[in-house]
Amino acid sequence: MRRRSLLVTVGLGLTGPAWLAGCASPAPRAGAGGDSTDLALLNRVTWGVDSAALAGMNRLSRRDYVQAQLHPDAATRLPASVQAQIDALPLLQKPMPAVVVEMEQRRRDADALADDDAKKAAQQAYQQAMNRLARDASTQMLLRALYSPNQLQEQLSWFWFNHFNVHQYKSNLRAMVGDYQDQLRSRALGKFRDLVIASATHAAMIRYLDNEQNAANRINENFAREVMELHTLGVDGGYSQKDVQELARVLTGLGINVSDKTPNLKPAQQALYVRQGATEFNPARHDAGEKLVLGVTLPAGGGWDEIIEQLTRLARHPSTARHISQKLAVYCVADAPPPALVERMSRAFTASDGDIALTLQAMFDAPEFAPSLARKFKDPMHYVVSAVRLAYDGRPILNTAPMLGWLNRLGEGPYNRQTPDGYPLIEAAWSSSGQMGTRFEIARAIGGGSAGLFRPEGASAVDVPAFPQLSNAVYHSALATTLGERTRAALDGATSPQEWNALLLASPEFMFR
Amino acid sequence: MQRRHFLRGAAALPLAASSVRLMAAAKGTPRVLLVFLRGAYDAASLLVPVGSSFYYEQRPNIAIARPGSAADAAIPLNAEWALNPALVDSMLPLFERKQLAFVPFAGTDDVSRSHFETQDSIELGQPLTGQRDFQSGFMNRLAKVLGARDAIAFTDQLPLTFRGAVQVPNLALANLAKPSVDARQAQLIAGMYQGSPLAGSVREGFAVRDEAMREINGNPGADMQGGMVGEMAAASRNAITAKGFEGEARRIARLMRERYHLGFVDVGGWDTHVGQGAGTGYLANRLAELGKGLAAYADEMGPAWSDATVVVISEFGRTFKENGNRGTDHGHGSVYWVLGGAVRGGRVLGEQVAVAPGSLFQNRDYPVLNEYRSMLGGLFARLYGLSPAQLQQVFAGAGPRDIGLV
Repeated sequence: MRRRSLLVTVGLGLTGPAWLAGCASPAPRAGAGGDSTDLALLNRVTWGVDSAALAGMNRLSRRDYVQAQLHPDAATRLPASVQAQIDALPLLQKPMPAVVVEMEQRRRDADALADDDAKKAAQQAYQQAMNRLARDASTQMLLRALYSPNQLQEQLSWFWFNHFNVHQYKSNLRAMVGDYQDQLRSRALGKFRDLVIASATHAAMIRYLDNEQNAANRINENFAREVMELHTLGVDGGYSQKDVQELARVLTGLGINVSDKTPNLKPAQQALYVRQGATEFNPARHDAGEKLVLGVTLPAGGGWDEIIEQLTRLARHPSTARHISQKLAVYCVADAPPPALVERMSRAFTASDGDIALTLQAMFDAPEFAPSLARKFKDPMHYVVSAVRLAYDGRPILNTAPMLGWLNRLGEGPYNRQTPDGYPLIEAAWSSSGQMGTRFEIARAIGGGSAGLFRPEGASAVDVPAFPQLSNAVYHSALATTLGERTRAALDGATSPQEWNALLLASPEFMFR
Repeated sequence: MQRRHFLRGAAALPLAASSVRLMAAAKGTPRVLLVFLRGAYDAASLLVPVGSSFYYEQRPNIAIARPGSAADAAIPLNAEWALNPALVDSMLPLFERKQLAFVPFAGTDDVSRSHFETQDSIELGQPLTGQRDFQSGFMNRLAKVLGARDAIAFTDQLPLTFRGAVQVPNLALANLAKPSVDARQAQLIAGMYQGSPLAGSVREGFAVRDEAMREINGNPGADMQGGMVGEMAAASRNAITAKGFEGEARRIARLMRERYHLGFVDVGGWDTHVGQGAGTGYLANRLAELGKGLAAYADEMGPAWSDATVVVISEFGRTFKENGNRGTDHGHGSVYWVLGGAVRGGRVLGEQVAVAPGSLFQNRDYPVLNEYRSMLGGLFARLYGLSPAQLQQVFAGAGPRDIGLV
């Protein structure tokens, strides 16, 4: 890994990336404060600046800080009280297939009730339990986004879920999104090939894009099309309708099985049967004939391996390198990233066999990166998480429900995007007049008090006293100097700390990262 | 209401001072509101095919009784069709005044039977073949063709149908709360954005919000703190509290009456797979609430109702045969509603077929005989006098069909 990253940066010449200027020395820097480049870089690398992030960057050089984020230490732990909150979530007490089985049984029991009222009540209870499972997954995701030291990994985890999007309200996906999220998260900075395979062989994706219905002679193209259009090659990636049909044939037989039964198979097919978590490959449903995908002939008789090999070929395709680099750059750099930057990333992607950390390193190292800082409009997730991170600066919240409410009001609730394209990543999608107005209302809610963030769930829960302290060390040491004249004037006009908070969170500077 | 109209006519000055845009809604300008019933409502329970014995065979538990045969029987509209009794007080009077028409066998040729696939494809209004452009909804294209800056979505987010070249504001009115950002804070915030690219969006957001609060509160002179008095007064005049969709519809009407000409709102809760009821029950209650809201919209529009058209659509219909849970599953053809002061209503319009075993689509659903792009294209052409070229910009590749709605 080390050797690789060295190689990638060597080509950049002697000057190095602009954001390294001023901290050429790898030695720790003195002083508590950071400068505006530190701040801007942190706002890009993390979900939003806080004291811990600033201190981290002060301890290391900028390059080492970014390196540490690109290659997070697996041993890194969340703060103990946050980990305790996550450990207490019922979602995590059982493996996903077991949860699915249990919920399926509950659903069947409810459906079997003869009395309409009893049936409706049972179905409602089932729905609530399903909602709780998705809610727990989102709590886990938000707590990690707020408090994990591995901030870049958490940002990329969100990115990959969104890239390989599934919608929680399809069928029983609410019981699966937590596990799906974990599978993507653990690979977020790894090889793209592993992400594609993890997604494509996960029950959540198989169900979401109807691959359960895709069988030999009963082809359902839905999944195959999205794999090429959205997940790998991109819409202009150079595939034809015929390729979609052929890939659909490759994907036949990839389905879901959470029962304790295996299908009856002819002896010749039994060896080809694969079971992996809730996912099943059923050779009896697979089209075993010869296929031709993107000019490559797949010989007859393939099975699970044929699927994995085909997904691997797609992950390594030059169109995929461009498509993924472009999308990463839209998320991490600019709505319309400079083509030269995407080209650099694309080369790094290809040279590293789709290594995401090295692709991102090429992005951070590119001369186009520094000029982009503080110019990327925050989508609602970045807005809400950065506001809460700054407001409580490391003090763990006790309830994520208010955050989920804000995210849903802003239209970017976790797992709530219905369509496989995922939430849009560009400013135009989030800055309509009504959306800005809602943002200001939420700025007021976050700035005005603890807003329920410190009231644990449960009827007997007591609101723990807390106040959003936005005029904090981070503000005075780093943020204040980045504010424009108009914003300072408005802050000076505030008549209470609550109003000052709301104005800071409503300021144009806070809308960008 | 009367007092307000008097005020507007007699003394434009205080109004002009509070909102220069207020007078923009000239009399005679068509006002079109699209109401999207998300979840696919059971159209056969709205417009009941009482002339069809097949209907009663297929729905032993959820059919709505033949007119006159029970307390909650259907209300006859003509020999073939009758109305759900839940709409007797709200929609029947409009039908009798010939301001409400129904179009059965309406919908899209999309047969995915997926809620979101089909909602998306209808909202985009693009040909079903070819690549979808998610940044181009048909209501936005219509707004563009009309050169309109007065379109608005009454939703939390900008719906797909309003995405596109024209910047359309959105403002949810379902749960109207007094904004917590007050006028002084709004000014401070707008000040911070002065000169920035977002300045326009921010200013427009506050302007739309303030305008909405003024219109809805029915007291243009009062500041926002004066608040809800107007709405409360309006509600009590109607004897019952405006709640749910009715309250929302009244707010929408006040904005459509004064300021906006092209609107969109969605109403959910129609996916009745289980225990949907018949002349009473879950679905009847939902229809009653919807009907009340639409009647309230007509009422609140006042004289502007004569320029108003409301189109109620849904992504698809439901299975003609009831399922094993006294509900219905995802189907195909739906029934659209078209109401308004200038609608040539009191009729059941469009291409029709006898409701019989042989006429079902794929042996299970109403067929689609009135494709929505052609039908809406025909309606828009009449309402706005659009040229064929303009219509092609809204609904590319669709031949408009005028079925005599207006």
